[in-house]
Amino acid sequence: MSQTITIDPVTRIEGHATITIRLDDAGEVADARFHVTEFRGFEQFCIGRSIWEMPGLTARICGICPVSHSIAAARAGDAILGVRIPPAAALLRRLANHASLIQSHALSFFHLSAADLLLGMESDPARRNLVGLLESRPDVARNGIRLRQIGQRIVTLVAGQSVHPSWTAPGGVRVPLAPARRDEIAALLPDGFAIVRAGLALLDEIYQRHAAEIGACGDFPSLFAGLVAADGGLEYYDGLFRFTDSHGVIVEEIPPEHYDLVVGERAESWSYMQFPYFLARADSEDRGMYRVGPLARLNICDSAGTPEADRELLAFRAQRSGEWGAVTGSFHYHHARLIEILHALERIREILDNPDLLDHHVRSEAGVNRPTGVGVCEAPRGILFHDYEVDDNGIIQRLNLLIATGQNNLAMNRTIRQLAGAFIKGGQFSEGILNRIEHGIRAYDPCLSCATHAYGRMPLRLQLLAPEGTLLDQLARP
Amino acid sequence: MNRKRGGKVRLATVWLGGCSGCHMSFLDLDERLIELAGQAELVFSPFIDTKEFPAGVDVALVEGAVNNRANLAMAETIRARSRSVVSLGDCAVTGNVTSMRNILPVAATLAPFGGTGEAPFRFDYAAVPELLPRALPLHQVIAVDGFVPGCPPDPDRIWTAIGCLLRGEPVQLPEEMRSFG
Ligand code: SF4
Repeated sequence: MSQTITIDPVTRIEGHATITIRLDDAGEVADARFHVTEFRGFEQFCIGRSIWEMPGLTARICGICPVSHSIAAARAGDAILGVRIPPAAALLRRLANHASLIQSHALSFFHLSAADLLLGMESDPARRNLVGLLESRPDVARNGIRLRQIGQRIVTLVAGQSVHPSWTAPGGVRVPLAPARRDEIAALLPDGFAIVRAGLALLDEIYQRHAAEIGACGDFPSLFAGLVAADGGLEYYDGLFRFTDSHGVIVEEIPPEHYDLVVGERAESWSYMQFPYFLARADSEDRGMYRVGPLARLNICDSAGTPEADRELLAFRAQRSGEWGAVTGSFHYHHARLIEILHALERIREILDNPDLLDHHVRSEAGVNRPTGVGVCEAPRGILFHDYEVDDNGIIQRLNLLIATGQNNLAMNRTIRQLAGAFIKGGQFSEGILNRIEHGIRAYDPCLSCATHAYGRMPLRLQLLAPEGTLLDQLARP
Repeated sequence: MNRKRGGKVRLATVWLGGCSGCHMSFLDLDERLIELAGQAELVFSPFIDTKEFPAGVDVALVEGAVNNRANLAMAETIRARSRSVVSLGDCAVTGNVTSMRNILPVAATLAPFGGTGEAPFRFDYAAVPELLPRALPLHQVIAVDGFVPGCPPDPDRIWTAIGCLLRGEPVQLPEEMRSFG
């Protein structure tokens, strides 16, 4: 008899979700779905608010990457004002964004995933968490806490507080950086470098322990997308929106404000998270699937542009799986995250040496000069777009938020299907196998607070399924 | 307080309709988390793998407004199984940004998913929980024993509140820790 396995809730992720796995009569996996069960509706209730409020308001989409949302919102505001922001403001935004990435990646690697990676997918579920790690690998757990603290402390020193700082604004930022704070940031860096190098040294152990499952954890060809600098380098704040295929070939590269020419979204009745896809490949077998975030960024860039991260990037690219030119396994998101922390620390060190950083001129004043603006930055989980349309007073009339985690939705679903198919045989499964499937989701570090936002005028697919899962009817709109 | 398992307080943290910022502020306790782990056992939380809210919880810190049917069911379970329930952050205390959708009917909030007025997009409410007509602060749904305001409450506030709870006392914050936002 066919059977449905439900994992509810998926734990150690940032948000609310369940997984259902449907087995056929023979007990083999017929389908697996990742359902996002949370929806708050920012896109609707932000209509009627002013662009000046948007950085503070949209920061509340997500407590894990509030800095990225507030930066994307402020950049959409910059475009609406039609101003070039002062150099110090751009440096400060970059600085805060790098620091926020450090804390978010530390959280994902150490607090949420390290227990799977170091204690094992099948280890005692009661101890398979940060507290268990504190008992069995105290150095690793304490390092994780410290590294996250360093990221949060830098955000606080730049922006005033670690969660939801109201500091960036259309036209720039509100407060310049005091020299004493720059020095305090500089003093935090050596610890950060030491911890991330120690983290990278754990990778041998991690790859050995999980050799049997790396190939089943989201290893498939897909497109990869994100920002690159004008010279093709790794970039988090400005630049071009690039798509590469799994052979590393660039298939699209456009100014990010034109993202809607290349990305569409579908809705499904069983998830509050939509399914963005690459429009030009909508009819392909994988329905235009692309991945964003650390793995994608390290695949699409020509170089990291900082010495230590460039050395690590060479080692990372040696993980390429066989026939494809890119690193296609989602297990490598973890490795990519550590390299990105290293790169962020190197970039912060550079920014601290920039003589423009302490300039007091941090905000360009202007009124509403344009009716629309798209703001972009790389958030920890991938490229983030805020797209606003306003009236003459800067009151929002329409907004689209295209969020990193949503862009990984097709790939996350494919990953859990791959894992479920590899490990569930003849209807037999264990708690450890279900945890492996959850870990397949954790590798993407999905941020579901962020992700559950609708995006207007997308093609729609609605399926009516019988209780046993057969398709009774479907409705499609182009 | 009834201290079980080696004298440790059984602590739960729950994330309802919020942004996780309150949980991030909780993690901003940093090294104090290690101290906390010595005195309290985390029995349910987004950071651990327990799937069901357990019985016999001493203290539950709850982030977020009650936004959908799953939040409502969880709030009732939390109340039934916990000695002390504390609203953590402005969303739980007042509804905050989560309740900003309350000016709109639910169908309008869901409009971007597609469909038209006559044929709205239909969610499968066996797979995803239905939104409540309005997002509500926690105390409008269950009795609440303590409040820690802030968006998010800063770690010092959370630590002060936890100190009260570990001593088995009601949450009492000094005046400067009672502001919103
Ligand atoms: S109170 Fe603020 S920080 Fe806490 S969940 Fe609500 S929006 Fe997020």
